Amino acid sequence: MTAAVEPFISLAGVSKTYRSGRKQHLAISDASFDVRPGELVALVGPSGCGKSTLLKILAGLHPHDGGQVRIGSATHPFDPARDIGMVFQAPLLLKWRRILDNVLLPAELLGLPMREARERARGLMAMVGLAGYEDKYPYELSGGMQQRAAIARALVHDPKLVLMDEPFGALDALTREKMNLELLRIWKESGKTIMFVTHGISEAVFLGTRVVVLTAGPARMADNFEIDLPHPRTLDMKTHEAFGAYTRRIYKLLGME
Amino acid sequence: MDRFDSKLGHYALGVASHLLLLLAWYLFVRLGDVPKFVMPSPADTLAALFQPNYDWWSNIAVTATEIFGGYALALVVGVALALLFTWSKLLEAMVLPLLVTLNMIPKVALGPLIIVWFKYGVFPNTLMAFSIAVFPILLTTARGLREIEPDLLDLVRSLRGSRWQLFTKIQLPGALPYIFAGMKVAAILAVAGAIVGEFLGSDRGLGYLMLQVQVTLDTPAMFMAVILITLLGMLLYGLVLLLERLLVAKDARVS
Repeated sequence: MTAAVEPFISLAGVSKTYRSGRKQHLAISDASFDVRPGELVALVGPSGCGKSTLLKILAGLHPHDGGQVRIGSATHPFDPARDIGMVFQAPLLLKWRRILDNVLLPAELLGLPMREARERARGLMAMVGLAGYEDKYPYELSGGMQQRAAIARALVHDPKLVLMDEPFGALDALTREKMNLELLRIWKESGKTIMFVTHGISEAVFLGTRVVVLTAGPARMADNFEIDLPHPRTLDMKTHEAFGAYTRRIYKLLGME
Repeated sequence: MDRFDSKLGHYALGVASHLLLLLAWYLFVRLGDVPKFVMPSPADTLAALFQPNYDWWSNIAVTATEIFGGYALALVVGVALALLFTWSKLLEAMVLPLLVTLNMIPKVALGPLIIVWFKYGVFPNTLMAFSIAVFPILLTTARGLREIEPDLLDLVRSLRGSRWQLFTKIQLPGALPYIFAGMKVAAILAVAGAIVGEFLGSDRGLGYLMLQVQVTLDTPAMFMAVILITLLGMLLYGLVLLLERLLVAKDARVS
């Protein structure tokens, strides 16, 4: 049914080596996979597998030195100068700005019309469950709420692609589960293509329409498969046989079985 | 002590400790029968203010000019240099170590040289206040401008944010708590610098006046001069605190 859709992101044999002095460090190799528009792809793997490097390559922050990276298609054009939204492990809110003004930062950087951006930011804050917190300062919010604000900030300029680097890694387990459900809802409502880096195997299976497994030492892409679980996902799916099969498959790839 | 936890209670305690010191001073002089030329009473000290031949107002104006002028110059030069450093890594790598070395020079030791170069008067004393106040501002500002989360830098870069945007929206406001920490240290140093300058060579100012009245053993006037210098310092420090309150978010203030 969706097989005919042109991929939004297409990676073919992407590799990256960092050099410092005479030392070389292979950060990623053999990364080849396609992402359809509107997919939520989970990149999973241990520390040092190159998943953050892959995000930086997609964000245009680091050049790759092998293979090909193509983002955008005829039906889904992509402007690398403005179509990236980023969420990190730390919320990185500017503590001297109120939450609404924090959310507006990308719009300011891009020089978007502020009146409309402000409207949009308010709408996004409501969508991430922060209505009423527009005029608060970051220190007045819990860690989970700050991360919601960071997600709203990543969406305010209406980017085509949202890159998330372990966004819930610093949250406690319960908040994290809750944020997983929230992210799925936000993803459905916004229709964005999301690349989600995590080292949580169950988190990857729960969130992803597709999971890309990366291994460390040597850093390379080990697998790439679709997660055929129905949407909307619910927490009880984690007890399903199919869910267990997917997580076992990843554990095996990472040599933990 | 619960009722002193309120803001008003805190102020009251602060005022009370000042009044207690005044009282202790008064009782010490009164009960100890201390001669006036060793330690005058608070009343004697205040009376010195009404001796017209000491020309208090113009001396205050001179010292204030040196302190505030030197401080303002230190602020502008310190922040501007720190800014240049963040924009040019080469410049920072070359000049910052040099400045750290120069900072080791006791600025007081430069006094005689400054007099040789610029004669004596308001300008060399302003320069003295400047030279001693500029380093803490420069060093803390440079440090503050460097403190930027790499991920935040990535966020700005991913949207092709300009260097100027990075500076005005993230670096400068982020550095303000550091800048103010340096400004507070510098405020105290600027006062010391101006007074030392006046001691070394000048013909006007509160420090100069102190040397004059020392000869005639007018201790009350010396006390008054010290109090006035302290008040000038408190005025400068208070202005810095006020500015900090206006510009720096509450949880980011370094006390």
